[in-house]
Amino acid sequence: MSGLRVLVGCKRVIDYAVKIRVRPDSLGVVTDGVKHSMNPFDENAIEEAVRMKQKKVVKEIVVASCGPSQSQETIRTALAMGADRGIHVEVPAGTDANLQPLAVAKIFSKLVEKEKPDLVILGKQAIDDDANQTTQLLAGMLDWPQGTMASVVNASDGSLTITREIDGGLEDISVSLPAVISADLRLNEPRYATLPNIMKAKKKKIEKMTPDKLGVDITPRLKILNVVDPPVRQAGDKVPDVTTLVEKLKEKGHL
Amino acid sequence: MMLHTVRRLVSPTLGRFASTLVLVEHDGSAVNPATLNTVTAASRLGGPVHALVAGDACQEAAAAAAKIPGIEKVFVAESDALKGQVAEAVSAVLLDVQSKNNYSHILANGTVFGKNILPRLGAKLDVAPISDIVDVKSENTFVRTIYAGNAVQTLETVDPIKLITVRGTAFEAAEAEGGSASTEAVEVAVDNDKSKWLEAKLSKSDRPELASANIVISGGRGLKNGENFEMLYTLADKMGAAVGASRAAVDAGYVPSDLQVGQTGKMIAPDLYIAVGISGAIQHLAGMKDSKTIVAINKDAEAPIFQVSDYGLVDDLFKAVPEMINSIEG
Repeated sequence: MSGLRVLVGCKRVIDYAVKIRVRPDSLGVVTDGVKHSMNPFDENAIEEAVRMKQKKVVKEIVVASCGPSQSQETIRTALAMGADRGIHVEVPAGTDANLQPLAVAKIFSKLVEKEKPDLVILGKQAIDDDANQTTQLLAGMLDWPQGTMASVVNASDGSLTITREIDGGLEDISVSLPAVISADLRLNEPRYATLPNIMKAKKKKIEKMTPDKLGVDITPRLKILNVVDPPVRQAGDKVPDVTTLVEKLKEKGHL
Repeated sequence: MMLHTVRRLVSPTLGRFASTLVLVEHDGSAVNPATLNTVTAASRLGGPVHALVAGDACQEAAAAAAKIPGIEKVFVAESDALKGQVAEAVSAVLLDVQSKNNYSHILANGTVFGKNILPRLGAKLDVAPISDIVDVKSENTFVRTIYAGNAVQTLETVDPIKLITVRGTAFEAAEAEGGSASTEAVEVAVDNDKSKWLEAKLSKSDRPELASANIVISGGRGLKNGENFEMLYTLADKMGAAVGASRAAVDAGYVPSDLQVGQTGKMIAPDLYIAVGISGAIQHLAGMKDSKTIVAINKDAEAPIFQVSDYGLVDDLFKAVPEMINSIEG
């Protein structure tokens, strides 16, 4: 198998460790001044592409991100991890919260037309919208097979064997290339970008685009009416020992 | 429930009430319990509810689905092309059934099965799928959570066909018996040479299923290794419970991945959740904070899990768990 081209998607999201706050106008969450990072699942996606390149299964990794101007930082991180070049599909800051999976899949569909990759790897879900849809939408649009929740991927002549994490355990499927797969957290352990690689990444090319230029209408189909805090769960009491705990559970009818 | 402001949409469903198709999750012979919760969500929309059972050998599952009250008709699509219920094949059958029946809503479980298949259909129908709803406000307004359950979002869709996956823990389970739906065979003309199901490696257990168990005992990094999970299994057997785990425990290889409870694992809401050696990261809480009673056992008094537990025991789990095992009859 000589050198596949892989297109990997990444998204800039609020860092997973940040405690999010709902906006006072109840239309979203506060993002100004809040730490953002690459979506963790997308790190796994990039890492998988880089490993495939190290194994010489992949010859070129193109990384793309849809978002405001700061998404370029996310692309730079991917380039520092080992992607070869980037594409930034820019949407105005403030509207990016309404950039929904259907629109993103359409954008990627246009990028696929342009870049002609053999494989697209995305993260399973973004930790902000928790949608878990873009891979499936893109695969459906392209009429390519899909391998979602992938925890092991092996490439061999023109196809991939994928182990998926499913509700009852694991499942193996095989898909022919070209295909779209989504990376689960256990697919690999993403590398940290080293300083020399971060410096090298500055020289790598990032092409800029807009949804307009790609001919994609990103008008959201889902109108967010409001965003509020979930019901607060009050902390209960500490119990001094197992005996007390078991008593309490009996009182409640659990035992 | 129809709104007082009926939306006139230019579509084949002009002026119709909601009509819903539920994609049934099954293993060929039994219907997955989460489907019963999805059926409840479907009945909240008003209008007839039909079901689709697709697979390579699914007559038994179809008969079981036909017994669920609330379902009027069960389409049965049985073919070798549907072996393993791969998304490419099932979504093709869904598209076919949709094109002949024009449903306004198509629902599936918010499980790996439902999430894998339904959004692919969104591409074919050019509509925005809606993941993991926890409430139905109207036929086009739904509630779901974002940021690992740390915010609750109410949204309204403008699409004429709604593709929705349902978080089972947010809806009561419909009864499994008492209904008598008609069944109708679907001719399957799926041509899928791009994907193939090879095999499944399912965890076999006599214990209750994690997703639907009344009592769950979960272990975290504090268990230190896979062997130590044995005492949780022993306690679980005494209590008739299922065993779950935090992502840390799965990543460390203590237990298989299907035990993971959390934002990116299973979302559960048992009557009783006992978290053993789990610190309580946001992402884990997302998966269990809707449990009725939460117990935490952790030697770190500052562990975040104690902020959501009803009963917190600050103790060495290697002492506390054996004590619990001994003090419970059974």
